[in-house]
Amino acid sequence: MSIRHALLALLSEGPKYGLQLRQEFESRTGEVWPLNVGQVYTTLQRLERDGFVESEGSGGAGPQNVFTITPPGSDELTEWLRTPPDVIPPPRDELVIKLLVAMRVPGVDLAELLQVHRRHLVQAMQEYTHLKGEIAEDEVELALVVDSELFRLEAIVRWLDTADARLKRLPARAASKDAPRVGRRIAGIRR
Amino acid sequence: MSAAIELRQVSKVYGEGRAEVHALREVDLSVRGGELVAVMGPSGSGKSTLLTIAGTLEEPTSGDVFIAGHELAGMSRNDRARLRRRSIGYVFQDYNLLAGLTAVENVSLPLELDGVKGKVARAAAMEVLAKLDLTERATRYPDELSGGESQRVAIARAVVGERRLLLADEPTGALDSLSGETVMRMLRLASQQGVAGVVVTHDAQMASWADRVVFLRDGRVVDQTAPSAGPESLLAPGAGK
Ligand SMILES: Nc1ncnc2c1ncn2[C@@H]1O[C@H](COP(=O)(O)OP(=O)(O)O)[C@@H](O)[C@H]1O
Ligand SMILES: [Mg+2]
Repeated sequence: MSIRHALLALLSEGPKYGLQLRQEFESRTGEVWPLNVGQVYTTLQRLERDGFVESEGSGGAGPQNVFTITPPGSDELTEWLRTPPDVIPPPRDELVIKLLVAMRVPGVDLAELLQVHRRHLVQAMQEYTHLKGEIAEDEVELALVVDSELFRLEAIVRWLDTADARLKRLPARAASKDAPRVGRRIAGIRR
Repeated sequence: MSAAIELRQVSKVYGEGRAEVHALREVDLSVRGGELVAVMGPSGSGKSTLLTIAGTLEEPTSGDVFIAGHELAGMSRNDRARLRRRSIGYVFQDYNLLAGLTAVENVSLPLELDGVKGKVARAAAMEVLAKLDLTERATRYPDELSGGESQRVAIARAVVGERRLLLADEPTGALDSLSGETVMRMLRLASQQGVAGVVVTHDAQMASWADRVVFLRDGRVVDQTAPSAGPESLLAPGAGK
């Protein structure tokens, strides 16, 4: 979560006191992104330095000052909302590594191994879903965050299911044979 | 208290000789009233077979089925038919509503077939529809309902009366995520009111509405989730990944 952009978003509703910003920031995102509230004032300071907000009075970025978003600040906020997040994954997912390694280890029951991870993930999903079952209809922010976690976990379960089916179809491969190299062929897709 | 449904060492073999298919192998499953269990597994793993046997629509090749403590094998055809009509509700992926009947008529039909007077049956149907937030849709015909609404009507039809066991085969398969979620919330609501529910799905998000998830593979129950630790554990420090 970018605190900078969260603060710009709060200021896009109108000028606000530093203290007010701190409180609104906490109440809107606190449950989801616990953070050191001291960061609010230092971030405001930097936003002012960059010309994205203006403050009234001379007390610096303190609780009693009124902050206003500037036109460059509005542009920055719009730009940020529309910038795609970095969805290119890290070089290799831990679960993928575990499966690739397990395929080389004699005596490992791959289906059983996949099921251990599947169960673990589905249990985590059950906990999120039970939480969702208790969210009031107007707590839409929390529901959105829970949904996003659920879709992320579901994607991993679906990968496990696909891996399971793929391995089931695979004719037994001699263990001594070298595993085909995947690194270089994938590298082209990743930055 | 005896389980609402219990399968003991249930196996099902279709066909013979070279065409033999072991759809289920020594399956044990027990579901209490008030509990919602999801059965997950790849296609062909025996989920639908398990459900039709639990719903007494088919007989196991071997093993025993108990409904509310009564062993099915010892029952006459008539008793079994009555049990199926009165105690077991079914929900399918394609809703199976009768096109010529309104929502409320679809829901009251099983009661009327069971000899309940029209007015009484209709009142009972309206009550269930209200619980599923469908009062306003009661006099609509199936082709005037959205997929999610149709499935909720099908759930109403499956729980109306004294039904103790709710069996659903891929009930959200044809729905978008949010409609699917609504359907799962309704199934959970029904189970919280005392019905034993078994829902078959290959969708982990839908399955995660259940109290317990049972995993099927090649006709065997290979695993199940532990009872939920509750949402508190998510908010505890250091929880999560
Ligand atoms: N009536 C039937 N006759 C022959 N084989 C069947 C019949 N019903 C199911 N099967 C077979 O039994 C296995 C399990 O099927 P099913 O229970 O429908 O699985 P799922 O619902 O998990 O996809 C499959 O191999 C299927 O082809
Ligand atoms: Mg099926």
